[in-house]
Amino acid sequence: MNGASTKDPIKMNAAIPDGPIQEKWDKHRFDLKLINPANKRKYEILVVGTGLAGASAAAALSELGYKVKVFCIQDSPRRAHSIAAQGGINAAKNYPNDSDSVWRLFYDTVKGGDYRAREANVYRLAQVSNAIIDHCVALGVPFAREYGGTLSNRSFGGAQVSRTFYARGQTGQQLLLGAYSAMMRQVAAGGVEVFARREMVELVVIDGRARGVVCRNLVTGKLESYAGHAVLLCTGGYGNVFYLSTNAINSNASAIWRCHKKGALFANPCYTQIHPTCIPVSGDYQSKLTLMSESLRNDGRIWVPKKKLDGRKPSEIPEGERDYFLERKYPSFGNLVPRDVASRNAKQVADDGRGVGSTGFAVYLDFADSLKRLGVDVIRERYGNLFEMYEHITSEDPYQSPMRIYPAAHYTMGGLWVDYNLMTSIPGLFALGEANFSDHGANRLGASALMQGLADGYFIAPYTLGGYLGTARLDKVDTIHPAFAEVEGAVRERLQKLLSIKGKRTPSEFHRELGKLLWDNCGMGRNEAGLMKCLAAIPQMRERYWKEVMVPGTNEEFNQALERADRVADYLELSELLVRDALHRKESCGGHFREESQTEEGEAKRDDANFSYVGAWEFAGAGRDPVLHKEPLAFEYVKPSQRSYK
Amino acid sequence: MNLTLKVWRQKDGASRGALETYAARDISPDASFLEMIDIVNEELIREGKDPIAFDNDCREGICGTCSLVVNGRAHGPQRNHTVCTLHMRHFKDGDVIVVEPWRSRAFPVIKDCVVDRAALDRLTAAGGYISVPTGSAVDANAILVPRDSAEKAMDAAACIGCGACVAACPNASVSLFLAAKISQLALLPQGQPERERRVKAMTALMKAEGFGNCSWERECEATCPKDIKIANISRMNREFLLAALSSAEH
Ligand SMILES: Cc1cc2nc3c(=O)[nH]c(=O)nc-3n(C[C@H](O)[C@H](O)[C@H](O)COP(=O)(O)OP(=O)(O)OC[C@H]3O[C@@H](n4cnc5c(N)ncnc54)[C@H](O)[C@@H]3O)c2cc1C
Ligand code: FES
Repeated sequence: MNGASTKDPIKMNAAIPDGPIQEKWDKHRFDLKLINPANKRKYEILVVGTGLAGASAAAALSELGYKVKVFCIQDSPRRAHSIAAQGGINAAKNYPNDSDSVWRLFYDTVKGGDYRAREANVYRLAQVSNAIIDHCVALGVPFAREYGGTLSNRSFGGAQVSRTFYARGQTGQQLLLGAYSAMMRQVAAGGVEVFARREMVELVVIDGRARGVVCRNLVTGKLESYAGHAVLLCTGGYGNVFYLSTNAINSNASAIWRCHKKGALFANPCYTQIHPTCIPVSGDYQSKLTLMSESLRNDGRIWVPKKKLDGRKPSEIPEGERDYFLERKYPSFGNLVPRDVASRNAKQVADDGRGVGSTGFAVYLDFADSLKRLGVDVIRERYGNLFEMYEHITSEDPYQSPMRIYPAAHYTMGGLWVDYNLMTSIPGLFALGEANFSDHGANRLGASALMQGLADGYFIAPYTLGGYLGTARLDKVDTIHPAFAEVEGAVRERLQKLLSIKGKRTPSEFHRELGKLLWDNCGMGRNEAGLMKCLAAIPQMRERYWKEVMVPGTNEEFNQALERADRVADYLELSELLVRDALHRKESCGGHFREESQTEEGEAKRDDANFSYVGAWEFAGAGRDPVLHKEPLAFEYVKPSQRSYK
Repeated sequence: MNLTLKVWRQKDGASRGALETYAARDISPDASFLEMIDIVNEELIREGKDPIAFDNDCREGICGTCSLVVNGRAHGPQRNHTVCTLHMRHFKDGDVIVVEPWRSRAFPVIKDCVVDRAALDRLTAAGGYISVPTGSAVDANAILVPRDSAEKAMDAAACIGCGACVAACPNASVSLFLAAKISQLALLPQGQPERERRVKAMTALMKAEGFGNCSWERECEATCPKDIKIANISRMNREFLLAALSSAEH
């Protein structure tokens, strides 16, 4: 009925260690085979991506003695998309003495993920969180400090404890520069080699194991093969499938998608996060959406007019004719409800004809009361840079009139399925950071992505990779192996095909069309009719793409249109899986809101009896329906309950 | 609004380039500068022509990828902005806009407005780090950093590594970029053990990479999108002198 055949009871082995949750990671580390220090340099590790996950993994692995090659699309590894994270990074330090603990961070993350994450992974994440902060400070990350010289913390994204560390509004930048500097130290020491302006275009699998990658040199167009003993994918999320998102222009899904087509299961593709406070779309030319920090909701009040299609200026709408809809519906959390709830409610009022601004797809975020209560100086001190940024982009002054905001695609909880060791279903292929599905369930808490990326790279993969290398029998492989030539040939053919179509439409036109379809039907709210519509439209769009797209130039040169065209081709496939997953998951959970499954009050309603599992999809070949595998989720420590923010 | 662009086109590093003229039509004043180029490029692609190559990624002023000289100024006319956060409302209908790549011996052109800035990575590898292996850190609060030092370190650490300082400097000096990193680490207790080694190694490589000397033209400070102050260059020079003195003593 949903187009997916369910090939059960294949059991994926998540490889979760036995024992009480507090002891699993210690025990596992003890059980993992060690590699003789002198032998480590005989292992070549290929790390794709230099964001928080990739840069930290490359540094840590080289420190252990492995030979590491890293690849990134940008001209420098320091420019990975992680650089743009603003708000902060969580850890269970409990420095403010406000009752935080590893247990509480674990609990909050499982609950925040709406009970769709693996308990064992989340517990380990909380466990290593403190070591991340220690290491980042040692690397010189200039976190905010108190007068006494200790670290400052703040509460973030509605958390009831202050566990977020931050460096002004540039936390991602500072953490990434820390990891990048550690990696560059290893470059100087000879353990890491950086290949910038290289796009991994295919994985090379030999004897069922990941043994290499083929990259396109983005300067010359040459296809380059690299062989190794293991491949770490640290290539980020697929939020740009929506075309408009808060992600950077070069963030893309191609690496994970191509590995999926080579046998890596793709887990929970429909778990996507929409961030409530972004600057609204203003026109067709728009290329990306800018996030405004969530902290604004601490002092701003969100409202729309009570009347539909009210054309008046905000200042002309009297208090009694305004609907502060979050405060009305959620008296105890008010404007601070979690991201998914805030986003969905904004959509509801806009769909109801009560949205504001020229497009009607915006709501007001109003600081008038806070300005009166606290004064301009306090507000400026707290949010000055954000107000400036807003004014700069919109040319409106938020000190005078309310901001207009609207939700935007932001983060993807779904990703490649990995076991407890962060290894995908292809032996030797690991996925770290946003590229995997592991820790956030159906909804990610603010300031937890940075934590997870660095946990994976600094403190988890360096151990688990050793476990793999120590037990796998790996024959010597180099790029002379015919598998490399074969893969290169297939890539060349695909690129040549894109170049030879010479149609009339640009890759971006298709991408925009796809993004709009997904945003309207598979974004903040999803229902069967809309999803079926997508499922009919996407294959047609794909067919048109391969007949009508125009990609100028040749492969043997710096060709940004070709780079884009190749990525859009993958979005046109991945989007279909995303929709299929959304269709099959008939419950609502976290960022996945199926309109058919809501409580009487209109909140997301989970269906634990039928959907308490990870949905991991297997690629079954072009034109065939993908096969769904289910990894059941058991909650031994955090008992599932309905989230409530009333 | 309608504009005329004069854009630097260069097939590759080995070819000679030239300015070519393009019309940008029906541009919304709310569009960003890069979105304006996107519109021109979409038109070129539709005609099967080679679009204008330019580097960009975050489009919100933090990654340091975008790198255009607009009307003779690195990152364009707006102070404290990268070119990706420049909006078209700062131009007038009918304007002629000249768009070029960073110009510097150390940054060879790859294509059109795209240059090779790998030298900045090599400078970082020479010493822009603190040597602490993963796993060996002490508890984060065991290192107390006075708030004032932390703030100053953060001011310097805000550098996005775009290289506009080099592009703006008549001597193609990379001093502001280097000084930002050296200052950040010199201001923090964690950076002390390698202080001397760092400043010597990084400045030594600077010359080898083809960057010029600083002669206090101050163009870098005026151009820096992140408002990094040249006081950092004074600090770097002090660090360098101290390091030289101390090695003379040994
Ligand atoms: C605006 C914004 C603000 C955010 N703020 C926060 C926050 O405050 N706190 C928080 O915890 N999280 C935040 N997030 C989320 C967080 O930043 C990301 O989830 C995280 O940084 C992802 O890191 P990563 O290492 O997995 O991937 P990325 O940083 O996305 O890095 C991907 C890397 O892979 C490379 N790559 C991709 N494809 C290929 C390929 N085919 N070949 C070669 N290289 C490739 C890229 O070049 C890049 O180096 C924010 C996200 C956004 C968009
Ligand atoms: S594109 Fe990132 S700073 Fe301009």
